[in-house]
Amino acid sequence: MDIAMTDGYPRHAQPEPAWDAAQASALISAEAGREGGLLPALHALMAAFGCVPEAAEPLLASAFNLSRAEITGVIGFYHDFRRAPAGRHVLKLCRAEACQSMNGAALAADLLARLGLEWGGTTADGALTVEPVYCLGLCAMPPAALFDGAPIGRLEARRLAALVADASRVEQTA
Amino acid sequence: MSARIYLPRDAGALALGAEAVAAALAREARARGVTLEIVRTGSRGLYWLEPMLEVATPSGRIAYGPVAAEEVASLFAADFLAGGAHPKHLGRPEEIPFLKRQTRLTFARVGIVDPASAADYAAHGGWLGLARAFALGPAATVEEVVASGLRGRGGAGFPTGIKWRTAAGAKAARKYVVCNADEGDSGTFADRMIMEGDPFVLIEGMLIAGYAVGASKGYLYTRSEYPHAIAAMAAAILAARRAGFLGENIQGSGFAFDLEVRVGAGAYVCGEETALLDSLEGKRGMVRAKPPLPALQGLFGQPTVINNVISLASVPVILAEGAKAYQDLGHGRSRGTMPVQLAGNIRYPGLFEAAFGVTLGELVEEIGGGTASGRPARAVQVGGPLGAYFPRALFDTPFDYEAFAARDGLIGHGGVVVFDDSVDMAVQARFAMEFCAIESCGKCTPCRLGSTRGVEVMDRIREGRDVEKNLALITDLCETMKFGSLCALGGFTPYPVMSALTHFRADFTRAAAA
Repeated sequence: MDIAMTDGYPRHAQPEPAWDAAQASALISAEAGREGGLLPALHALMAAFGCVPEAAEPLLASAFNLSRAEITGVIGFYHDFRRAPAGRHVLKLCRAEACQSMNGAALAADLLARLGLEWGGTTADGALTVEPVYCLGLCAMPPAALFDGAPIGRLEARRLAALVADASRVEQTA
Repeated sequence: MSARIYLPRDAGALALGAEAVAAALAREARARGVTLEIVRTGSRGLYWLEPMLEVATPSGRIAYGPVAAEEVASLFAADFLAGGAHPKHLGRPEEIPFLKRQTRLTFARVGIVDPASAADYAAHGGWLGLARAFALGPAATVEEVVASGLRGRGGAGFPTGIKWRTAAGAKAARKYVVCNADEGDSGTFADRMIMEGDPFVLIEGMLIAGYAVGASKGYLYTRSEYPHAIAAMAAAILAARRAGFLGENIQGSGFAFDLEVRVGAGAYVCGEETALLDSLEGKRGMVRAKPPLPALQGLFGQPTVINNVISLASVPVILAEGAKAYQDLGHGRSRGTMPVQLAGNIRYPGLFEAAFGVTLGELVEEIGGGTASGRPARAVQVGGPLGAYFPRALFDTPFDYEAFAARDGLIGHGGVVVFDDSVDMAVQARFAMEFCAIESCGKCTPCRLGSTRGVEVMDRIREGRDVEKNLALITDLCETMKFGSLCALGGFTPYPVMSALTHFRADFTRAAAA
């Protein structure tokens, strides 16, 4: 099975589709009958829309018989759930200890400085979001990253530069 | 001609280019008119040799690695399909010293079988533990796990069988088995390797747990950071259901059990078992106070057995071979084998499963071959981000729950992260506090506030401001977090901080001295 994902979610060749309340309701009700279905519902919204916009909250609250505050609280608790879509490509760089031991922190700091980004930021052209991640289980090949869901080990500055260049090139041809 | 090749689809192998090797193999075979069957397996765990391919020959499998896609043509030219000589020829994988020294029980099939095939699992000794459990009956199955001495491999080391006995004794209409596959510790990848390389052993372990305690439903909670493991588990669950190992009346036993994968959303604290249960219920992953124990009131308030991947994956071999065979291995009160994960700045990184008792120095220097950078190893963090940093002076510590505890450390989930002499341990101590601040669930004050204050105090120390006063302050803060936190996140963050300060004090006073 080939897996191509952004952010752990199936990757869209096109930009994320616009908000569609009817589609969102259908996705939510498909999960609402399951035990503990709220996280699966939020993942389904992320996969469809690339984010969980505020407009989804009343739909979720009603389907799960929770208050809107409870829904907001769950969304805000988890790092994965975004309020607005990420860039067209997502680079998750591991910040954890095994990657630190092989110069991961300096590599990440250089990249962020070069792109003028903070952790979690997106380049001005919308091509690339750089996110921190705390362990990808690739601790035997540090420093590690996930680029659009594809694992990369023994990352070095040149490879990182090539990934960034790839991200903006695809943007131009799209 | 036709031939069979085994090539890992483990995320670690993919991270090193296994997909490009697979494509090159298929292309080159087509060009040469060779019918090639490529079986995608898990990884043997010899990661410095990945991508490592194995060719099926009449005299067994012959390994080549690390293979780059550009080398595939030369492999064909060297007649590698018959085990021909080539610079990347490794011989029989079982004879590679790193593998030969191991005792692979839990990982016996990883890297060997096709993780998508229930039939291949059965052909390699799968389902025998479940058959024995069915023959013993639920109560004797629990006692077999108690007798094996198996302790929770997630980190806490609580006897698995005692948890099961408690849940088995609870009266309830519905009980659950939850597999904690939220492997968030840096330096660990054993759970990932099982899920990607031998998912059926985990399904079998969960089935045995369900049968033993009288549970009908299982959840496997894993991480969104593990997309390949999620896909492998989902495929295996479908295959197991088709083969009659999930659902009603499993293998004619009358036992019914089903299993679902649930995916976290990037919160480290959900690896803590009570936070995990809240997350499974669809809530914020907040830690619960104990008691009540999850075994009595766990998921949705029902009796729940919650065990780590490695604990559950070790159960089938314990049942199949008997508790005594497992109990006979080990050191002190740590029985059986432990899959140690060698990671970070290390020459031979990978998975090393062996009986407890091997020393930290043997693991790092001998088995791991020292650092990857070639510089001296200076500090080793054992047990993930909440584990202590050990200096070389403690390299004689045997891998054993009690031996590490006696030296103010922990083995946790078995991660060993090596740092060379370029590391600044005050930076590592600051990161431990920062990580705790980022990942704290916020329920208890020592963790929620203490971690943020800890980052600030570490910053002052690193700037050389009032160092003695601030070292006293961070020591006091660590004391408060250790004894006042609700769970291991706040409670164990002092381990990396205080071990760094105790063993590498010069790194904390350097700024003031300058």
